[in-house]
Amino acid sequence: MSQKPIELILTRQLATYLAMPVFIVDPAGTLVFYNEPAERILGRRFEETGEMPVDEWSRAFAPTDDAGAPLALEALPLRVTLAEHRPASGIFWITGLDGVRRRIETIAIPLLAAAGRDLGALAIFWEPWAR
Amino acid sequence: MTITIWGVRGSVASPGAETARYGGNTSCVEVRGARGGMLVLDAGTGIRRLGASLPGGFRRVDVLLTHLHMDHIQGLGFFAPLFDAGIETHLWGPASAALDLRSRLVRYFSPPLFPVHLRDVPGLVLHEVSDGVADVGEFHVRSALVCHPGPTVGYRITTANATFTYLPDHEPALGVPSFPGEPDWTSGHALAAGADLLLHDAQYTDAEYVDRAGWGHSAIAHALAFARLADVKRLVTFHHDPSHDDAAIDRLTAEAVAAAKPPFPVTAGAEGAVFDL
Repeated sequence: MSQKPIELILTRQLATYLAMPVFIVDPAGTLVFYNEPAERILGRRFEETGEMPVDEWSRAFAPTDDAGAPLALEALPLRVTLAEHRPASGIFWITGLDGVRRRIETIAIPLLAAAGRDLGALAIFWEPWAR
Repeated sequence: MTITIWGVRGSVASPGAETARYGGNTSCVEVRGARGGMLVLDAGTGIRRLGASLPGGFRRVDVLLTHLHMDHIQGLGFFAPLFDAGIETHLWGPASAALDLRSRLVRYFSPPLFPVHLRDVPGLVLHEVSDGVADVGEFHVRSALVCHPGPTVGYRITTANATFTYLPDHEPALGVPSFPGEPDWTSGHALAAGADLLLHDAQYTDAEYVDRAGWGHSAIAHALAFARLADVKRLVTFHHDPSHDDAAIDRLTAEAVAAAKPPFPVTAGAEGAVFDL
């Protein structure tokens, strides 16, 4: 078990205190944390899912467009951010691990540290019409 | 490996009769290897006496800075080997996201804060560190960024026989709802895991920490909990608060140890203390 970089530790600590859903992945795309507000949308507590490889979480939430057509996994904002190291956003549908479909909006940003270190990315997402 | 403490105080030098036993100089630690190699950790005011104690004849000295807060660099300009043209001084420390190590050091090491320019120091070699490893003489040095305001690293120093971890300014409990948490999500854990000796920040009491969370330091109880999580073999508390006199350090350390009942020895760090590993 390797220790996470301090920037990632601090990002998780910040996410723990935020009221908006936050999803954090490492440079390989492995889901390393999501906070309690995200648990409500994703339908399961992080303590239950644990870390998930990129292909697993990408498929687990079965993302689709408004017409119900599956999205290309590479087109998900967080996958774009990881691949291109730039912010990305989008609106799409997911099916939570509780089986409930929800329309969500996501903004993903890269986590780039000093000396060009790539730490992964974080995504903020919410159900804009559920508020 | 032999560890000697030359400065143990946090934040600001605190000389006086009430601090005479633990010492009033700020952070500086000497590390000696079995083959005679030497590292200096931090350049607080304790480094002046260390510099004056060194025998002649050596050609190189390595000073590893954890960060550039004043209590860790204030003694640098009074470290005699720095101005000896026959000695190569290697300074290791963190850059920031925007400034290199030299630019950051010059902010202190130039007028009006100091009369000598860094560029006038002979034989100076700078090394920027963040997360990485380096072999310095007989020492294998691992550095990693740790939780403290501004770019700050801790060091894990290994020889063939021993491992010593130095985390003088460290707040691993910051933002952790129930400290300690998981090892891989704990700042500094990889540096300290299984170390024979850990020198760790223990600046505050629990009550003081409540009002100073985010200032970059640990309560004594946090230091003990961190050391237990890291499964170290011995803990020496470090970076004592300037307001804690000798009697307070005795009392606070005894109370914290009695409450935590750690399975390893705990010693309050004192100027002049020597630890053989």
